[in-house]
Amino acid sequence: MSYSTPVPGAPVQLDLFRTATRIKTFDEKYRSLMTSGAIGGMYYSPRGQEFCAASVGRQLRADDYVVTTYRGLHDQIAKGVPLRELWAEYLGKSAGTCRGKGGPMHVTSPDHGLMVTTGVVGSGLPIANGLGLSAQLRGTDQVTVVNFGDGASNIGAFHEALNLASVWRLPVIFVCQNNLYAEYTPLREGTSVARIADRAAGYSMPGVTVDGNDPVELYRAAGDAVARARAGEGPTLIEALTFRFCGHIMGDQQVYMPKEELAAAVAADPVPRYRARLIADGVAGEAELTAIEEAAVAEVADAWEFANAAALPDVSELESDVYGEGVAA
Amino acid sequence: MTTGAGVRKLGMVQAINQALDVALTADESVFALGEDIQEPGGGGFGVHKGLGAKHGAHRVRMTPISEQAIMGAAIGAAISGMRPVAEIMLMNFVHVCMDQLVNHAAKLRYMSGGRTPVPLTVRTTTGAGGGFGAQHSDMLEAQLVHASGLKVVVPSNPADAKGLLLSCIFDDDPCVFVEMSGLYFASKGEVPEGDHRVPLGKAAIAREGSDLTVLTYGRQVADSLAVADSLAADGISVEVVDLRTLQPLDTATVLASVAKTQRAVVVHEAVRRNGFGAELAATIHAELFGELAAPVARVAAPNVPVPYARSLEQAYIPGPAQIETAIRGLA
Repeated sequence: MSYSTPVPGAPVQLDLFRTATRIKTFDEKYRSLMTSGAIGGMYYSPRGQEFCAASVGRQLRADDYVVTTYRGLHDQIAKGVPLRELWAEYLGKSAGTCRGKGGPMHVTSPDHGLMVTTGVVGSGLPIANGLGLSAQLRGTDQVTVVNFGDGASNIGAFHEALNLASVWRLPVIFVCQNNLYAEYTPLREGTSVARIADRAAGYSMPGVTVDGNDPVELYRAAGDAVARARAGEGPTLIEALTFRFCGHIMGDQQVYMPKEELAAAVAADPVPRYRARLIADGVAGEAELTAIEEAAVAEVADAWEFANAAALPDVSELESDVYGEGVAA
Repeated sequence: MTTGAGVRKLGMVQAINQALDVALTADESVFALGEDIQEPGGGGFGVHKGLGAKHGAHRVRMTPISEQAIMGAAIGAAISGMRPVAEIMLMNFVHVCMDQLVNHAAKLRYMSGGRTPVPLTVRTTTGAGGGFGAQHSDMLEAQLVHASGLKVVVPSNPADAKGLLLSCIFDDDPCVFVEMSGLYFASKGEVPEGDHRVPLGKAAIAREGSDLTVLTYGRQVADSLAVADSLAADGISVEVVDLRTLQPLDTATVLASVAKTQRAVVVHEAVRRNGFGAELAATIHAELFGELAAPVARVAAPNVPVPYARSLEQAYIPGPAQIETAIRGLA
């Protein structure tokens, strides 16, 4: 592929590695605490998909918007949500971004441009259009990224949203993080196209398939799409090919997946692979990367301690926030 | 709040058009979107007629027939600084975008701990009697009231339609504004000019009485008033409460009226089972059990889809005859 966006320099490449490392470290700590029984609840790990968020997120400004799904930890971190408040929300604590009322499937942080996390497959796409429309009507050059999985490309909302985004030339980037499995079903068994990006043609917008585990390639593809949206030239569909290492939900035994397929994906783990590449390319040295990793470990440990120590919401909060001031639930 | 000086005789379509015009003029963040609402027609019932020419096609936006996309666009705009007024042409099509409305618009404020209000208005049209059959006529307000986070409004006359719609548009919660098509071209009413507001959550005593309270909304207000007038000749004094807003419900006015009359009949066009009347009856029974002279009676449509045949459709709609029978049964 040829891109207008150039290969980024060392500072950006280190940012990509740093964000992916923070995501990976958060995820691994979170899962280890779930496994040990310290944390309960449900969890949809983004392990393996770190760069889908890190590379796209690096192209966004603080005032740009992001919409994501229940598998959204990576997107939330990449948009700049502080780890303390994020972890607290995952635990349903009052110090969380949503004061514990949303939980991991519904994290929002409007101050950081994280506008919606939806637990319903495909439902974020129509809302992303509204964020894009709002920017267009207000005359700003903010762009909106909506992340979703391959399964979402088969739900009606996807098709309605792409059509309307194209008709209205909305500044929206549709990012399909294609991890090849829709819940517990291989993508190919329920999808009429081999490449989800092909669906863009039906809506007269550019569609590109990129290796979502190649941070630099995805950074460049996202850069082109963001530039296009910011210039008022309309939406783009990016299909970022990736893989999820931990199945659909925490505890998923992945019986539907050939063991060799998972083993091959894990062997090509994008985070250590990029680490090696940074050293091989002379972008960074071992010490620099180790420092990034150690900082991530410390930041994540701090976030966990903060969230673990935080209070649950008082039961007096049960019926507040349903309506605005003065209206009872 | 009423800032305009004059009053004009308007039909409900014109009153709603005026409310939209006032809102679009007053606030740049207001915009309308929906199927076919562009000039020259201004939508299936002409509600937006003239507004696109005056305020621009970017603020009175035609959409494709894509209810999920319409509702989603409205939600996304509402959470990022705008006050969209989305038209879902017919209330049965609200089902098509129920995920957006109920899972997202209604819940975002709560799920965000109060940090993401959704100042969205959804206007939609419905009602039996027009020969449109089972998929174009339903009253679905009870389903919407059941979704915590939504406000639900059903006006009964042009002045209230204008005042309630303006209140919805400038409210910070998602409001569903239900327009009964039977009222669109019914008798005109006096409508204050300018930024006329009717507060949400306040019922109106449409007629004072002392023997029995009729609790109703929408098109059935006029039917109830007509019955009340005719029964006055027989010495039965009927109070008619026009609820106007179903959520938030003006429970205080409802209970005060029924405490006074000790008898209540609830009237709505929606089907009886799990209809809004069931909630009203349960609330009254719980709060005023010892004071009631009789159990609350319900007048509602039978538990069937809206039929097509004229004979069946007319039998479906709870009209003056059923209201009178229910009142006489209690009075």
